[in-house]
Amino acid sequence: MTTEIEELYQEVILDHSRRPRNFGELADAAVRVHGDNPACGDEIHLDVKFDTSGALEDIKFTGHGCAISQASASLMTMKLKGKSRAEVVEMLCAFHDLVTEETSEAPKTLGDLRVMKGVRKFPQRVKCAMLAWRAVEQALEQGAGEATVSTEPA
Amino acid sequence: MHRIAASSVDWKAIRADFPILREQAHGHPLIYFDSAATSQKPRIVIEALRNFYEHENANVHRGLHTLSSRATEAYEKSRKRVAEYIGAASADEIVFTRGTTESINLVAQAWGGKFIREGDVILLTEMEHHSNLVPWQLLAERTGARLRFVPVRDNGTLDLDQLPSLLKSDVKLFAFTHISNSLGTINPVAQLCEKAHAVGALSLVDAAQSAGHLPMDVRVLGCDFLAFSGHKMCGPTGIGVLYGRADILDSMPPYHGGGEMIVSVALEKSAFKKAPHRFEAGTPSIAGAIGLAAAIDYIEQIGRAAIFEHDSQLARYAADRLTELAGTRVFGPKEERGALVGFVMDAAHPHDLTTFADQYGLAMRGGHHCNQPLMRRFGVSGTTRASFYFYNTVEEIDRMIEILHAAVRFFS
Ligand SMILES: Cc1ncc(COP(=O)(O)O)c(C=O)c1O
Repeated sequence: MTTEIEELYQEVILDHSRRPRNFGELADAAVRVHGDNPACGDEIHLDVKFDTSGALEDIKFTGHGCAISQASASLMTMKLKGKSRAEVVEMLCAFHDLVTEETSEAPKTLGDLRVMKGVRKFPQRVKCAMLAWRAVEQALEQGAGEATVSTEPA
Repeated sequence: MHRIAASSVDWKAIRADFPILREQAHGHPLIYFDSAATSQKPRIVIEALRNFYEHENANVHRGLHTLSSRATEAYEKSRKRVAEYIGAASADEIVFTRGTTESINLVAQAWGGKFIREGDVILLTEMEHHSNLVPWQLLAERTGARLRFVPVRDNGTLDLDQLPSLLKSDVKLFAFTHISNSLGTINPVAQLCEKAHAVGALSLVDAAQSAGHLPMDVRVLGCDFLAFSGHKMCGPTGIGVLYGRADILDSMPPYHGGGEMIVSVALEKSAFKKAPHRFEAGTPSIAGAIGLAAAIDYIEQIGRAAIFEHDSQLARYAADRLTELAGTRVFGPKEERGALVGFVMDAAHPHDLTTFADQYGLAMRGGHHCNQPLMRRFGVSGTTRASFYFYNTVEEIDRMIEILHAAVRFFS
């Protein structure tokens, strides 16, 4: 077993892809974002509910796709529940750096999400890892209703 | 054509003609199972390109100097070679393009633009590569023509029982693939062309997956247009072919405007050359055409019948062995298939599988293979595809099965 592949598919990632957390729909979601990665056929549907301060009160997803996209969505929802908008944006940037920047030290604030670090060695898989995050970014922008987002901007 | 049985060919020696097959990937010997995307190149083709650039390079049809004559001669000789290879009546029926995609776009724009009217129908199939679908969608948008599709059965073959209700006198062109790049299905080209002609329609064959893989003669097939790419048949990238029946090509207006394709140009209006030069505006891929002719020589030396026998044995063997793996669904016809096999495994998504396999030196393709409607038809977002050519071996397939077993253990 080579190390790069083990680093990419850490046990935590495989576990989340097999048994995704926060998997399902939110009946009272404020916003629902359909995200797709047309190059791979990965799909996620993200439901978000905000509290009065605008923080993410609840967040769930459904969808299908590769282990990376599904585990990333699962880990993300666990991390973002209860976070303020500013914290979400900060984490989005940190996560993007984590999976793209060869040199960046993984900041502690990312917690469990740091297991996704192996993706940086697989540039073709960055879109898979980012799909859920693009959806949450869109959810913040949109605030209410339904939206779509794609890793391949038209 | 000289027919040799696959068993009498020294495939090991042939494999040694491909320098790249000695490469390693992630510390493992490369197993290249992505020839349907692009084939590898034998040394003799690489050397033909080098020889051209070292001894013959000049622009074609322009200069009166020695090198220009050499380049022009080599380029036009390549056209003749292609004509012979596919049984065209004359080299004038061979238009050099960048590849299958451009060949089909050329027909859609030049022929379609002139002959297609609102309400006309272009008949396609559900298994077309996007390059034999999108150009027709664009044409339909421009002209008000309609598209109709021959459905694909669960076993991966075309549902020809539907043909009578689809192929009617409103159909002006029936465009279909010879071999499906996802399913491996080999379509009955001659029969389909005959049916098209019976209702007064023309036929276009996408031969991207077949031109380098089996014997073919356009006069036996009876097609009006045939498109293929050099890079999938041991040739360089950037060169492809559109075969068009002479009278049809002559009836078509130019595709692109520019140098090389004109007889005379005044400021307001130009007179255009005859086919095929009318369709080759600008400096063509001269080295590409010469490389393609070298690839054709090489393929013919082995023999297309032997190649087909070898590759389809590999593909059938791979399809059989894949069924050993629990939770694996293999697509395409069982009995006869082209040199590829598409499959999905419960244990892992195609992208996880191909990433995993790559770590062991095994190059496969995962995804929709430019066949999104077909993937939808089969209820999957993508498949993993192992595609073969005559340099691949049974041992490599055995290794693939081992790697896939390891993937199942890893991901389950
Ligand atoms: C069936 C089929 N048609 C068309 C094409 C397009 O070929 P190219 O990209 O060389 O133009 C391909 C290759 O990807 C193919 O497999």
